[in-house]
Amino acid sequence: MLKWITLAPLIGAAINGLFGKLITNKLGQKAAERVIGFIACASVGVSTALAFIVFFGREWPVVNGKPQIAEPFFTWIKVGGFQADFAYLLDPLSGVYILFVTGVGLLIHIYATGYMHGDPGYYRFFCYLNLFMFMMLTLVLADNLLLLFVGWEGVGLCSYLLIGYYIKWDVAGDAAKKAFVMNRVGDFGFMIATFLIFTAFGTISFVAKGDIPSLLEKAAERPVEAFGVFGVMTAIALLLFLGATGKSAQIPLLTWLPDAMAGPTPVSALIHAATMVTAGVYLTARCSAIFVKSPTAMAVVAVIGAATAIFAATIGLAQNDIKKVLAYSTVSQLGYMFLACGVGAFIAGIFHVMTHAFFKALLFLGSGSVIHGMSNEQDIRKMGGLRKYMKITAATMMAGWLAISGVPLLSGFFSKDEILWRAWSTDALPPGMGKVLWGVAALTALLTAVYMTRMMVLTFFGRERFKDESHSHAGPAHGHSAQGDEHGHHGEPHESPALMWIPLVILAILSVVGGYVGVSPALSSLVGVHAENRFEHFLEPAIAKVGGHEVAVQTGAQPAVAAQAEHAASSAQTESHGAAASAAKTTAPREAAHDTRTELTFTIISTLVAIIGLLLGWLIFSSNPLRKMPKLLEEKYRVDEFYDEAIVNPIEQTSRHFLWQVVDVKIIDGFVNGVARLFAGLAGALRYTQTGFARNYAAVILVGAIIVIGYFGYIALR
Amino acid sequence: MVPLSWYLALSAVLFTIGVVGVLIQRNVIALFMCIELMLNAVNLSLVAFSRFHNDVTGQLFVFIVMAVAAAEAAVGLAIIISLFRNRETLNVDEADLLKL
Repeated sequence: MLKWITLAPLIGAAINGLFGKLITNKLGQKAAERVIGFIACASVGVSTALAFIVFFGREWPVVNGKPQIAEPFFTWIKVGGFQADFAYLLDPLSGVYILFVTGVGLLIHIYATGYMHGDPGYYRFFCYLNLFMFMMLTLVLADNLLLLFVGWEGVGLCSYLLIGYYIKWDVAGDAAKKAFVMNRVGDFGFMIATFLIFTAFGTISFVAKGDIPSLLEKAAERPVEAFGVFGVMTAIALLLFLGATGKSAQIPLLTWLPDAMAGPTPVSALIHAATMVTAGVYLTARCSAIFVKSPTAMAVVAVIGAATAIFAATIGLAQNDIKKVLAYSTVSQLGYMFLACGVGAFIAGIFHVMTHAFFKALLFLGSGSVIHGMSNEQDIRKMGGLRKYMKITAATMMAGWLAISGVPLLSGFFSKDEILWRAWSTDALPPGMGKVLWGVAALTALLTAVYMTRMMVLTFFGRERFKDESHSHAGPAHGHSAQGDEHGHHGEPHESPALMWIPLVILAILSVVGGYVGVSPALSSLVGVHAENRFEHFLEPAIAKVGGHEVAVQTGAQPAVAAQAEHAASSAQTESHGAAASAAKTTAPREAAHDTRTELTFTIISTLVAIIGLLLGWLIFSSNPLRKMPKLLEEKYRVDEFYDEAIVNPIEQTSRHFLWQVVDVKIIDGFVNGVARLFAGLAGALRYTQTGFARNYAAVILVGAIIVIGYFGYIALR
Repeated sequence: MVPLSWYLALSAVLFTIGVVGVLIQRNVIALFMCIELMLNAVNLSLVAFSRFHNDVTGQLFVFIVMAVAAAEAAVGLAIIISLFRNRETLNVDEADLLKL
């Protein structure tokens, strides 16, 4: 069953990839679009349906106290003690992922059939998009690190192909290469981590095979490495995190993601917002058993996450390309997710991944609809007042705007509030650190509300600035015009077709209600319901706990720990990573009255932050939407320029002046030519023996014969 | 009776004369004759051994050598004739087309 979830998109990709051109030639562009679009959407539709059936279908079998469905396919590599199977594993973590990957993926596929209308590479686009779905699902369902890496590279490949989709446009090609190369840096970390895991644990599988326990179980047996100790668990965790920074565009590997916006908008929504870029978070959560053993790595993850969040948010404030704003917003939100992982709240991180998938996909698709309606204009300074022309797009995007800003009762509010609270109350980090990170995250939340408001104000409200000048804006940032696409007609902005706005509406609904699967107990107690966090309870078996001995704690709240609720209330006071104490702290139910009151206070604070941010943004930008932003922010802190100077240029200069002109020309060529010259010289010396006179040869034979006879004579007479 | 060593000494002397002739002669006919001399030096030693060991095998060898030598003489003389027709010379040092 699981394999068909992944194989369906692969079959779709194969049909469109192999026969797409034939279909287009036979049927003509218009009919072919219908056929190709249908194949692509149907294959993802099948996969979505199966994912939901498997997920909500019969009760999952419980193995070692963890509910999971393992589906072996075949043994892929078996050498000595090393075994990598082609096998899928559905557990709560991958379950959540396949649901939103297929669900959001299906909506974006449907949207793309409208958005890509009239594009000559229609079949190519959908082939790549389907292939991406296959790879993403393989990544998520893989039951060992090597297969996960296959998916990891596969999504990277599809990302490359789709960023560079407009093949005649140089910017897109460069952006694709940049994304690919920067990801290699991260992959290097991933691979070294995989090797280390195999050496340390003897297995790379997430499930027990026969009598060999899984790598998670092996990791759980290890002692916690104290803060500052650089042991093998810390090394593995940091290397895995290096892989995650590449895929999820964290500092220092963040600059590829904004450039990746050169791809078509549905690609930005699917790959570079909702699914692929969250693979890093997935990897971190999947290997949480390793991360919790290393407070050092956790601190690094948390600090990088928080730093990326605020760094990208400030850049987002000053961008004028609608997709760039959203791209930096994505980087910033990914930072939140890593912050959550770093403070030990992996589940809150995954929760944010899911809600973010809803609202960010919505915002991207909405921006695509705006770009479509504005005849490929992407500069928000040239928009304004669009809500009159595109009512549905405006309304749905507003849902996304409020959700990402953290307005209460929308999805983003629940996940972001959870992360903020967990950052404050964390006991995974040295004391005080969580408070600082909370401050950074709260400031980021404020900035998020401000820059999103700026984008919305500039796009949908205010004066209709697009009327100022006629459409003579053939700037470089127009993927479609570069491709000679003609689906936008000049004139007034217009609403997009139903194929495009229906997914928008569905995503808007999800963005509004999607957060209710993970309401924290403190919040539900407000309305008099004493329920646990269902999302957290569901994911608990798959995620390791900070300080916990066991990966899985099957039974939720134990009565024995209730006595220690007081202890839990004073969490984050002590640095002690003593297993017993922290285990008690984390497993203690959070119903403790004091804890709840503090948590609610923080909920109020984050609500206020969101509202202040929205008001601030509105006040600043509705009066003067074209306000000049700080130059440093507009130039993205000149990170790209810094990398050029610090890394790219030195490498290029070294390559040119040392590797090429010295190593290659002098040493390698010198060696090759030297060998040839040596033999030429030897031959020149030896050629004198070849006189061409038969008598010389006869003399040589004679000498040889005398030597041989003399030798045997000597032996005989000795 | 003449002892074996005399025969062998004569054979060695004849063989050496043949070898030296091959090495110093330039005339192809003389070369050819020197080769024959070497062959017959060997024949002489074979016949001598045959006689002294009372074994007829050595004489059989000699017949075979003589047959081969006759064939070789036919082929060799044919080559010399065609060489002379083409080059108008019997000096082997001038037949050096294969030389670098």
